[in-house]
Amino acid sequence: MATEIVMPQMGFDMKEGKVARWLKKEGDPVRKGEPIAEIETDKAVVEMEAFGAGVLRKVLVSEGRTVPVGEVIGFIGAPDEALPDTASAPAAPAQAPAAPAEAKEKATAPATAASAPATPAQAPAAPAEAKGKATAPAVAASAPAAPGREIVASPIARKLADEMSVELRQVTGTGPGGRITKEDVLAYVETRKSAPAPAPAAATAQPAAAPVGEQVIELSKMRLAIARRMAESKRTIPHFYVQVAIDMTEAMTLRKGLNEALGGGVKVSVNDMIVKAVAATLGKFPLFNASYVDDKVHVHPHINIGIAIALDQGLIAPGVLDTNHKSLVEIARASRDLAERARQGVLKAEEYTSTTFNVTNLGMYDVDNFTAIITPPQSAALSVGAVKSQPVVRDGQVVVREMMVVTLCIDHRVTDGAQGGLFLKELRAALENPVSLML
Amino acid sequence: MAIITYREAISGALHEALQADPKVFLMGEDIGDYGGSYAVTKGFLKEFGPERIRDMPIAESVIVGTGIGAAMAGMRPVVELMTINFSLLALDQIVNIAAKIHYMSGGQITVPLVIRTVSGGGNQLAASHSQSLEGWFASMPGLRVAVPATPYDARGLLRTALKDKNTTIFVEHSLLYPLKGEVPDEWYTVPFGKAEVKRKGKDVTIVSYLRMTQVALRAAERLAQEHGIEAEVVDLRTLRPLDLEAAVESVKKTNKCVVVEETWRTGGFGAEVVGQIQEAAFDFLDGPVMRVAGKDVPMPYARKLEQSAIPNEDDIIRAVMAPA
Repeated sequence: MATEIVMPQMGFDMKEGKVARWLKKEGDPVRKGEPIAEIETDKAVVEMEAFGAGVLRKVLVSEGRTVPVGEVIGFIGAPDEALPDTASAPAAPAQAPAAPAEAKEKATAPATAASAPATPAQAPAAPAEAKGKATAPAVAASAPAAPGREIVASPIARKLADEMSVELRQVTGTGPGGRITKEDVLAYVETRKSAPAPAPAAATAQPAAAPVGEQVIELSKMRLAIARRMAESKRTIPHFYVQVAIDMTEAMTLRKGLNEALGGGVKVSVNDMIVKAVAATLGKFPLFNASYVDDKVHVHPHINIGIAIALDQGLIAPGVLDTNHKSLVEIARASRDLAERARQGVLKAEEYTSTTFNVTNLGMYDVDNFTAIITPPQSAALSVGAVKSQPVVRDGQVVVREMMVVTLCIDHRVTDGAQGGLFLKELRAALENPVSLML
Repeated sequence: MAIITYREAISGALHEALQADPKVFLMGEDIGDYGGSYAVTKGFLKEFGPERIRDMPIAESVIVGTGIGAAMAGMRPVVELMTINFSLLALDQIVNIAAKIHYMSGGQITVPLVIRTVSGGGNQLAASHSQSLEGWFASMPGLRVAVPATPYDARGLLRTALKDKNTTIFVEHSLLYPLKGEVPDEWYTVPFGKAEVKRKGKDVTIVSYLRMTQVALRAAERLAQEHGIEAEVVDLRTLRPLDLEAAVESVKKTNKCVVVEETWRTGGFGAEVVGQIQEAAFDFLDGPVMRVAGKDVPMPYARKLEQSAIPNEDDIIRAVMAPA
């Protein structure tokens, strides 16, 4: 019997989804678990996996169309088998249960979606990448991206999973109907314990048994997401770095004057000025506001600069949308608001999934300089160090100026050193003549 | 401490009550001359005389009605309904009078009556003589329902019933009469509304009562021997008042529960037990609370069919092992 491909429920309150892209055409062979389509919700674009194996026999809903959750969007089956009447009523959408474990699972933005009704707790696959606009450490306190069908787990299994920080999506259920039982959760915890630990910083090879006093830290979901994204970024993006020291003396003076003039409410920070300068520079160097996808460079129409904010549980980089169209004061307001809401955990999904270029500033820690890792799918990023009084040579004289080192991290598939050099020249010019930031 | 049978435990409790209190007297079919259809009152007529050991006609409504009247008047009658099947003929007396007169009289009248009866099947007595109806009485406000599984509990619960101001349906089981068990020589009672863990375990909780507790205990032994599963058996002892505290505590430990009873599965009192347990221990359950109960059929006469209609050890073992 042909397997129905059904618009999955990928969020607690998701009512409909758009078929953004079919990854297979009619007639293509499909393996079970293989991504067959990209589904766009208002939160993210998520890959949907095939639940059955066979051939994609029929596409009922074409790209760009939006249909309610539960509606049949296609069929997978044997090449010659009869298909059910395509006018059949849509399958009842699965309830996304308000199960305690689900509500507590603050899922990462890229979520796995099972395509057809089935016992959902199958062997875990790595979460599908959110294509297009998602950024890396994207965790929000708002509704988590639940999988396509509810996870069936017994109450005690949920309780245990919650207590032991186990993501039920990762656990294989062996109970009736694929239910995750207490045993399953405990078994998962066992295998998680025996998974090889990362090499300790002191390089002496340790024997298999953990030394006394060793502490094993369970990673939070946000940290896990960061770990995965950053490893993947370093693995796939050929990073190179270009660095320059910028004379921030004028900028610091301007900033002081600005904040006096603003008189209290909003304060413009050094980072706000850098963000403004970067936005303007990106306007002139669009390749740095792009993504490398499948041998093509996609230049983004909007400049949304992500500002990295440190949180207790990790790091998030929400974006100031259309940064190049905002004034310095508007950027200052926006960045303050983002930081506030990031700490409260109430960012909107689009704020962290649509950034095109990240700025990370470690100046507050007195760091001279550092090299960041590009957040996919971006192709460049800026690392900013502290503003420090330094002796420099001007017109043959040694003078003391407020110097700040920035490092531009670049995806070498998109552009090269010369362009990086030009970008930084432009950025430096903007910051060293800060009046230009007021335009 | 003595090892006596379930029958002797009950007989002895009746005997001591007749001796101690002149207000106690017995009424029932074949309890005098015949010595009781299950030999519980053997020798009583000779010892206590026909005023206190009264043979009654086959008229259950009259037996119970007379008992009610005597109890209302200040006596302490113990009436016998030969089997619980015959209680159907006395239902109005039991349900509408014995259970409710105290309430309906605004507390002015009490009916301290003990109705002893025998429940269950397994003797090839066929459909109308093999039913287990104690669950029905357990639903009725105003009644007590005792369901002892051991000689110790039988004597202890009967002593409590004989002192209770309400009407107690004291339910015995014919297949339990020969069961031997330890009973202390010194005075003791078993309170109503207190279940007991008859066997400790950590893997699954089995809740049962009356004869099924014994079947469950045997199943638990086999589960341990044959499958390495340690079952905790909770014996309810009284269905009304119902105590599920021990059962719930047990389920919180084992995360798995099976309720076993002899009566028909559909609407059996076990469903009440399941309902309360899942209400109280939902977050601790690894799966639904399961039931092992009598098949939904009139009790067959043919021996093999009858045996397959009544829960046995294999049924319990299967319910514990089966993924559910």
